[in-house]
Amino acid sequence: MSRNPRDTSRTPLDLAHATPDPAFEITLDGRPLPALPGQSVAAALWAAGILSWRTTRRDGRPRGAFCGIGSCYDCLATVNSRPNQRACLVPARPGDAVTTQEGTGRADLAV
Amino acid sequence: MPTLPSDDTVPAAPDACDDAPYDLAVVGAGPAGLAAAVAAGRLGLRVALLDSAARTGGQFYRHPAPGLGARRPEALHHAWQAYADRAARLEALVAAGRVDHLAEHHVWAVTGAAGEWSVHAALGPDGADQRRTVRAAKLLLATGAYERQLPFPGWTLPGVVGAGGAQAMLKAGLVLPGQRVVVAGSGPLLLAVAGSLAAAGAEIPAVLEASGYVGYTRRPATLAANPGKLAEGAVHAAALLRHRIPVRTRSAVTEVHGKDRVEAVTVMRLDRDWRPVPGTERRIPCNALAVGHGLVPQLEPATGIGCATRLTPDGTHALVVDDRQRTTVTGVWSAGESGGVGGAELALLEGELAALDIAGRDGRGRTSRARRRDRLRGFADAMAVAHAPRPGWTAWLDDDTDVCRCEEVTAGQVREAVAELGARDARTVKLLTRAGMGWCQGRMCGAAVACLAGGAGDTASRRPLACPVTLEQLAED
Ligand SMILES: Cc1cc2nc3c(=O)[nH]c(=O)nc-3n(C[C@H](O)[C@H](O)[C@H](O)COP(=O)(O)OP(=O)(O)OC[C@H]3O[C@@H](n4cnc5c(N)ncnc54)[C@H](O)[C@@H]3O)c2cc1C
Ligand code: FES
Repeated sequence: MSRNPRDTSRTPLDLAHATPDPAFEITLDGRPLPALPGQSVAAALWAAGILSWRTTRRDGRPRGAFCGIGSCYDCLATVNSRPNQRACLVPARPGDAVTTQEGTGRADLAV
Repeated sequence: MPTLPSDDTVPAAPDACDDAPYDLAVVGAGPAGLAAAVAAGRLGLRVALLDSAARTGGQFYRHPAPGLGARRPEALHHAWQAYADRAARLEALVAAGRVDHLAEHHVWAVTGAAGEWSVHAALGPDGADQRRTVRAAKLLLATGAYERQLPFPGWTLPGVVGAGGAQAMLKAGLVLPGQRVVVAGSGPLLLAVAGSLAAAGAEIPAVLEASGYVGYTRRPATLAANPGKLAEGAVHAAALLRHRIPVRTRSAVTEVHGKDRVEAVTVMRLDRDWRPVPGTERRIPCNALAVGHGLVPQLEPATGIGCATRLTPDGTHALVVDDRQRTTVTGVWSAGESGGVGGAELALLEGELAALDIAGRDGRGRTSRARRRDRLRGFADAMAVAHAPRPGWTAWLDDDTDVCRCEEVTAGQVREAVAELGARDARTVKLLTRAGMGWCQGRMCGAAVACLAGGAGDTASRRPLACPVTLEQLAED
């Protein structure tokens, strides 16, 4: 519709002339996914087309990254059994096991 | 730059002493904090530059980690050279022992007084690791801003992301939230975001601006005084034309559709007060929505130590600073968007102005910078007025729209607190409903709750901590 036909195969990696180091594997609820070195967990999930990895405490609704800069806490994930990690801040590391976080994960916040 | 060292020589390191307080601690390594730390270091101060992020650059100059091998990081920024120069100078100052860049330091509180500030930080990418306190005689807060959000039905569906958030994820991670992305809200950032997402390969079926652009483009004096801003606007306009992206003013997304993720949005025309005009609904299929309504200055940790705030032309609160970037607390300066939203160029300038004053320098370098700063501030204020949310937006809400994303408090609950329980301000609504008491501490719902409560808003209400810390971390103190 409104896209320039020349751009159809363009990706963000092309735009930045990026030649990343080799991809590695992480998992979401056991499902293997590729991640690029330097990407946050949230970025790796977005790259795989995944937009949610948490369910809310009251209504069990799916959530994922919203503010992208660490201020909304909607992207909380359990990474390698450690709950409440902001996926938009935490870098993906080879072998990371990300699990969908249900409810609070762990509700011992001071504020 | 008459009062800043103009060559690339770096003063010799003072006697290294690990426990000695720094002359200056700078919180925030965005354009403002980075420029300030570099200028102060070159003026001979020993500086600690703290930021929660791993790399300098802040929101505007956010860029990929080295592992992504981006050979053209500047593709997503204009004026990249202004950053690259300062980043190179910072590196030289760090190597010379003048400046310590303390990355992944999440500052959660500041204590003390002029001459003996203690800056408390939680370490690690998410601030979940050990703790550290940095001592400094003077303090510069350059904590920037975050995006203002207004709720509407469906805004919690995965695939609805902040407009600045989509930009940030693209700049840092080289990813998109979807292939077909509607961009909506208000403010000049939307045009920049639409341009970058399109350049990165996304299809942008529409940009929807709730206000218009006439407010300030019709102010020839302000525009003529800011030729740089004209050029910047022209770059965005050209990018939108090149990608044939339609921009509709006085329009908004009033509902998002989809079961577990975005499938389409409903767009409506708005009247001057942002009330949707009945019968103008149009459905646009898409798989993501990038939305935002301008920016909100990040006031913590400044308000925690008593820095005064002012109401800005678009209804947010910013730190009060004088023409030397001093806050109302002795020994504390602020530069960049914590003192009012105005963009990267203004932030760089303010950082340098603050550094000059902190180092006790005056003279021509200061006056010419101050003049440029005032011009840019004038332009930013004109834009802020033009894009400020109008009261009619609350007509987008239905009673079961979540207003507070964290605590899942609905518009109906907030309205009930106001109408039936007599809440007159955001603080009372918060106590009655828990809206704003969750993880984000009201950053996402603060503007909306304040509007619904009918008050001018208390987004500047003092929060004791700048970011949530766990009980374990508090116990370590
Ligand atoms: C999500 C987002 C995206 C944006 N994208 C664009 C864009 O594409 N184009 C554009 O023109 N403008 C953009 N802006 C506007 C941008 O804010 C300014 O252009 C510019 O970056 C402001 O510079 P600054 O130095 O004042 O603040 P920032 O760049 O916001 O820098 C503030 C820094 O302080 C750090 N910080 C804040 N609080 C703490 C704390 N408690 N502890 C430690 N560190 C802390 C942050 O990590 C950040 O690095 C964006 C804003 C946001 C919020
Ligand atoms: S997306 Fe908002 S905190 Fe991660």
